[in-house]
Amino acid sequence: MKSQSTLRIARVVAGKDLQIEFRSHVVINRIVPFAALVMVMFAFALDDDLLLARVAGGLVWLATLFSLFIIVQRSFAIETADGALDALRVAGVNPAGIFLGKALALVVQLFLLEITLIGAAIVLYRVHVEPSSAVLLVTCMFCATLGLAFVGTIFGGLAAGMRGRETLLPLLMLPAIAPVLIGATKATEAAFNTSGMVTSEGWPWVGLLAVFAAVFGVGGLSAFSSLIEE
Amino acid sequence: MSDAGFIVLSYAVTGGSILVLVIVTIRRGRLLSRQVADQDKPWI
Amino acid sequence: MYGDNDMNHDSTPDAVGGVATTTSRTIGVLAIVAMTWVLVSGLFLTPADINQGDAVRIMYVHVPTAWIAYLAFIVTGAASLAWLLKKSPSLAFDRVAGASAEVGVLFMAMTLISGSLWGRLTWGTFWVWDPRLTTTAFLFVTYIGYLAVRGLGGSPQQRAQRSAVIASLAVLEIPLVHFSVVLWRSLHQSASVLRPDGDVKMDGLMLFTLFSGVLAFTFTFLWLVIHRQRMLLMRDVVGEKGLEAAIRERRRDHGGVVA
Repeated sequence: MKSQSTLRIARVVAGKDLQIEFRSHVVINRIVPFAALVMVMFAFALDDDLLLARVAGGLVWLATLFSLFIIVQRSFAIETADGALDALRVAGVNPAGIFLGKALALVVQLFLLEITLIGAAIVLYRVHVEPSSAVLLVTCMFCATLGLAFVGTIFGGLAAGMRGRETLLPLLMLPAIAPVLIGATKATEAAFNTSGMVTSEGWPWVGLLAVFAAVFGVGGLSAFSSLIEE
Repeated sequence: MSDAGFIVLSYAVTGGSILVLVIVTIRRGRLLSRQVADQDKPWI
Repeated sequence: MYGDNDMNHDSTPDAVGGVATTTSRTIGVLAIVAMTWVLVSGLFLTPADINQGDAVRIMYVHVPTAWIAYLAFIVTGAASLAWLLKKSPSLAFDRVAGASAEVGVLFMAMTLISGSLWGRLTWGTFWVWDPRLTTTAFLFVTYIGYLAVRGLGGSPQQRAQRSAVIASLAVLEIPLVHFSVVLWRSLHQSASVLRPDGDVKMDGLMLFTLFSGVLAFTFTFLWLVIHRQRMLLMRDVVGEKGLEAAIRERRRDHGGVVA
């Protein structure tokens, strides 16, 4: 059945990507420290404990976005380096499965990154997460991460093999993920109870994130074949 | 800058950019059309 | 080879006809006439506003360019979707999409500039985080990305494929961005959408001038898109000829075998 094979392909592709990361530790050893460093840089630039606590939600997601480009480019660099993506496509592997698989791998890596950044915010910017807000926070992270992973896979697949993609990818992606930044920031602020937000106020923003993820998930599934074809 | 200055600037920027684009389009068009045979031009 | 082929000065003997046609000339003349009227009426004939004074005159260029900027975006999106769905080798839709984007980016820049000048006069600042202004800024950046993608493609088919996908994504993302920004700004006290023309009482002449402005700029947009998509076609033809000539030369140099 088509859908079964799509999921199977997705699992295989995701597994391959995550194994590559597990062996090389690039995300853990280089990108996560970079993001943590960005959080420290924010503290230097903003230099105000009250202000930092208030904007902590936004800073977490800004640092995530900056790291996103690197992670996405790497995700597709490993494909184009050996022509692996072309080989998969020519072999007739269902592109939707490839899309899902690469997005899934991105979700895992991004989630790890975000947990680290929220930890950094708790330590460096002194925000608190009450147990009652934890559900909101995790749901927000999940929906936001899905959206970012879908967008990243779509644009990453499109840019793969294009000259000048390193400089083009951020320019193309940032307008697309602005809604995630807005929604995730608000929901996270609600979970942190900063900026005058109460936990319950975060849920409408999670709704926005879910809609966003759904739109780009469906879009990516249907369009990925035309994205990677030459 | 006075009110009038802003207003004139708006009109100048708008009109000026359009004028520049029109002139560039006409000139490039003429240059290209000399290199392309009439049979390749679907509008003729 | 795919560089600036405009610099190739070889003329073809059978390239007598130009770029203009009767239709495009008519549209051009209409555009010039309408623009002149808008210029004269907007600057001199229409009255100043009771609240804003003469600042309202910027409206006659700002509103039409905003309208065209959005129209151009819709045209690019529609043409790109049509190209993706049509699956015929004809590049006509792609050329219209590209031409519309080139013109649209210009009109969007003009909208942002005239808008911020108007805002400076009426609100006191060059920029506010108003949903419409913010979305327009995002649209502008998206366009620039689209043009950048068009600029680095290989064959015309590849270029068409890539830019069509980018444009379709933009059709998805711009409403999402707008919706998010509206939600975002609704948290702040100024929940009403700020419009410089919000409290302008328009009399007959003002309304007519505004309407003529929309018409004038639409004609200008049409003329520009028609001519620029013809330019794109000619550029593709010249590029193809250059490729064929280079291959022929290569064959000659290697005694009939392409190395």
